[in-house]
Amino acid sequence: MSLTARYVAACGVSLLALTVGQAKADWKPTKSIEFVVTAGPGGGTDNFARAVQNVITKHKLIDQPIVVVNKPGGSGAEGYIYEKSQAGDPHKVVFGTSNAWQQPMVAKLAYNYTDLTPIAAMVQDEFLLWVKQDAPYKTAKDYVAAANAKAGGFKMGGAQSKDTDELLTRMISKEAGIKLVYVPFKGGGEAAVQLAGGHIDSNVNNPSESLGQWRGGTQRPLCVFNSKRLPKGDKITATESWSDVPTCVESGLNIPMFQQPRTVWLPSKVTPDQVTFYINLMKKVQEQPEWKEYVTHTSQTSTFIAGDEFAKFIKEDVERVHKIASEEGWLVSK
Amino acid sequence: MDNLEALLHGFSIAISVQHILLMLLGVFLGIVVGVLPGLGAPNGVSLLLPLTFGMQPVSAIILLSSMYWGALFGGSVTSILFNIPGEPSSVATTFDGYPMARDGRPTTALATAFSSAAFGAFAGVVLITVAASWVASVALEFGPAEYFAVYLLAFASFVGMGGTPPVKTLVALAIGFAIAAIGIDTVSGSVRLTMGVDELVKGVNFVVAVMGLFGIGELLIAVEEEMHVRGVNSKVDWREVFRTVGNMPKYWWTLLRSTAIGCWMGITPGGPTAASFMSYGIAKRFSRNGANFGKGEPEGIIAPEAADHSAGTSALLPMLALGIPGSATAAVMMGGLMIWGLNPGPTLFVDQKDFVWGLIASMYLGNVVAVLMVLLTVPLFAALMRVPFFIIAPLIVVICTVGAYSVSNSYLDVMLMMGFGVVGYLFKKVQYPIAPLVLAIVIGDKAEDAFRQAMLLSGGSLRIFYANALVTTLVTVAIILLLVPLFLTMYSKVVRRS
Repeated sequence: MSLTARYVAACGVSLLALTVGQAKADWKPTKSIEFVVTAGPGGGTDNFARAVQNVITKHKLIDQPIVVVNKPGGSGAEGYIYEKSQAGDPHKVVFGTSNAWQQPMVAKLAYNYTDLTPIAAMVQDEFLLWVKQDAPYKTAKDYVAAANAKAGGFKMGGAQSKDTDELLTRMISKEAGIKLVYVPFKGGGEAAVQLAGGHIDSNVNNPSESLGQWRGGTQRPLCVFNSKRLPKGDKITATESWSDVPTCVESGLNIPMFQQPRTVWLPSKVTPDQVTFYINLMKKVQEQPEWKEYVTHTSQTSTFIAGDEFAKFIKEDVERVHKIASEEGWLVSK
Repeated sequence: MDNLEALLHGFSIAISVQHILLMLLGVFLGIVVGVLPGLGAPNGVSLLLPLTFGMQPVSAIILLSSMYWGALFGGSVTSILFNIPGEPSSVATTFDGYPMARDGRPTTALATAFSSAAFGAFAGVVLITVAASWVASVALEFGPAEYFAVYLLAFASFVGMGGTPPVKTLVALAIGFAIAAIGIDTVSGSVRLTMGVDELVKGVNFVVAVMGLFGIGELLIAVEEEMHVRGVNSKVDWREVFRTVGNMPKYWWTLLRSTAIGCWMGITPGGPTAASFMSYGIAKRFSRNGANFGKGEPEGIIAPEAADHSAGTSALLPMLALGIPGSATAAVMMGGLMIWGLNPGPTLFVDQKDFVWGLIASMYLGNVVAVLMVLLTVPLFAALMRVPFFIIAPLIVVICTVGAYSVSNSYLDVMLMMGFGVVGYLFKKVQYPIAPLVLAIVIGDKAEDAFRQAMLLSGGSLRIFYANALVTTLVTVAIILLLVPLFLTMYSKVVRRS
């Protein structure tokens, strides 16, 4: 290890993140790299990992080949548990979402997010409140009033149990004081189809999960859970594009921000220069045109949180989720 | 006929030298991954996906879907020759395909499977062509209650199937349900039945269970019964292929019924697996040769194969029209669509006419290419049966081990696979049926999820299962299928006594 690297290592990962470009990391991958995807083929996390792979391969950002492996079992837990068992191996990179730290809180699993080394959150997926096309309500306010008036409340579909979709559902229900029966499905795609068939009243899908359905006129978004409207982009329907969807606060539901970060991790016991290598690599990935195309295509929001900033982000989110989970009685004792 | 005109336009896109070459390549690669267990269609398509990023979407989907057809056909080969089904939907093919092949008629078994599969696939494409928009709306009718009713129907067609006592079937089903429950539960999000093994949180993969139950289990039985097993003496005979194909019209009723079941299960998103099992169960019950099922009866091959392929083909329609992938492979293709910048969903048929109709036309051509290729290679595959047992047996162990390991690169899966081999052996020894066990492992958790989702929607009332005509019909047919054998036994007892 060179003097520079030793000095930088002592200063910690945060400084490394700041000095990207000047600091030269000494470490380089010495064999093929495994991208472990904590979801099945075809889903949002899978597309994320394959987009990163695609950019790296296309621009030859590293010399070693990349193999993508899907470990979708246990709602993603399979992938994280595998990563935990690979401690010290910097050639195993795991791709996931905020479920890395949320799932161990609500299910008895053989890992915790502290068994992994955080690299970065590269993109934030958005959430919208979707209702059936022919539903009478036009704003979130109308929706709340209608849910209040209906005996037994509204049925809200979503992906997985006690994950982001159900978390947001509980937040809505608490904020608006309405009863929402949460029905978990395997994924957001299923929730979209169930809404189109009128089997549920609403869902909180990501843009890419319901884009086709909106364009096809089976459902429409009431509002987006963000403090700002989404960027304009192309027209989705004859008259509307993403920027025409009001924020939930505008529309009468006071939840200013709810997003899902897409995250990258290494196993534990890796060295600081290995961490730096991957932070720099992901940073480079993000600067390529193909990456920007991927973010726009999937209507996500680009972000780059790494190092201390990412650690802080996780800590805050853990506290926020912990509060809701304990109120709902979801927490498991370890 | 708007659709016919669109289809002709589709043909004009699909028929080009480049596309025909892509079809040949796709089908060939598909047969290869289909024959090699553990690789399978979803993995094969995933591996090819990055190569298609630079292609035109139509060319890309033609390559991928041709590979899918090839893999579907290839999967039947190992089911029949070695009793190792590569996909959940080809399990039912092993029930009669393998006994027939062991009996010295591998050529007939393979040719029967391929020609009924071709018939099913063709019916599926025709259905897509004439009823695209109608079909899309039917699939929307399916909520959790309707899904559960379909699964119930699949289970019901197995209980009390002639030959095995209903109690044994129920025991096998119950064990299958318990195995399906291992891992994270979708509805509550909690971890179940991992018995202290951390990795079991991922659940038991179907491929692992089936390779053990069928491949290894059968091997153990063979070793015990006849250590002297020689290769089956089968002639390499192309004429046998043509004779078998020529005989197919004799089974027109089984073909039609199975195809109807398959198409129905494909467009209502019940899927090819439920379709092939249900079709086999029903064929066994209504066939005049019912007693021969399980011993190499042609109808026992025709029924699951025709249903599997008609369901597999028509299942592409919900994926295109609604964005619901009917199978793992369809899910990977859907990921591909997104990357090519297309959005599966109701508007695809309006916005992307060239793509959709190019694909549908290529389904006709791709299947013709696939059928010709597999039928011509039947005698070569059948020749594999002549390889002596002492060479085949270690090969099967290697194939099963590699297959189980490659599911998610895990040694635990290899151990589980071996364990299932012992279970398969014991089941055969004490004459418990393996089919219901596998059925419950494959669709047990889906049935459970659907039931509990339905209960959440109805607030705990069973009334949701007779809330509309569709679900009431499905549930009623299931209950009748459950009760018929009971009445038949009682009736025959009464008759015998008098």
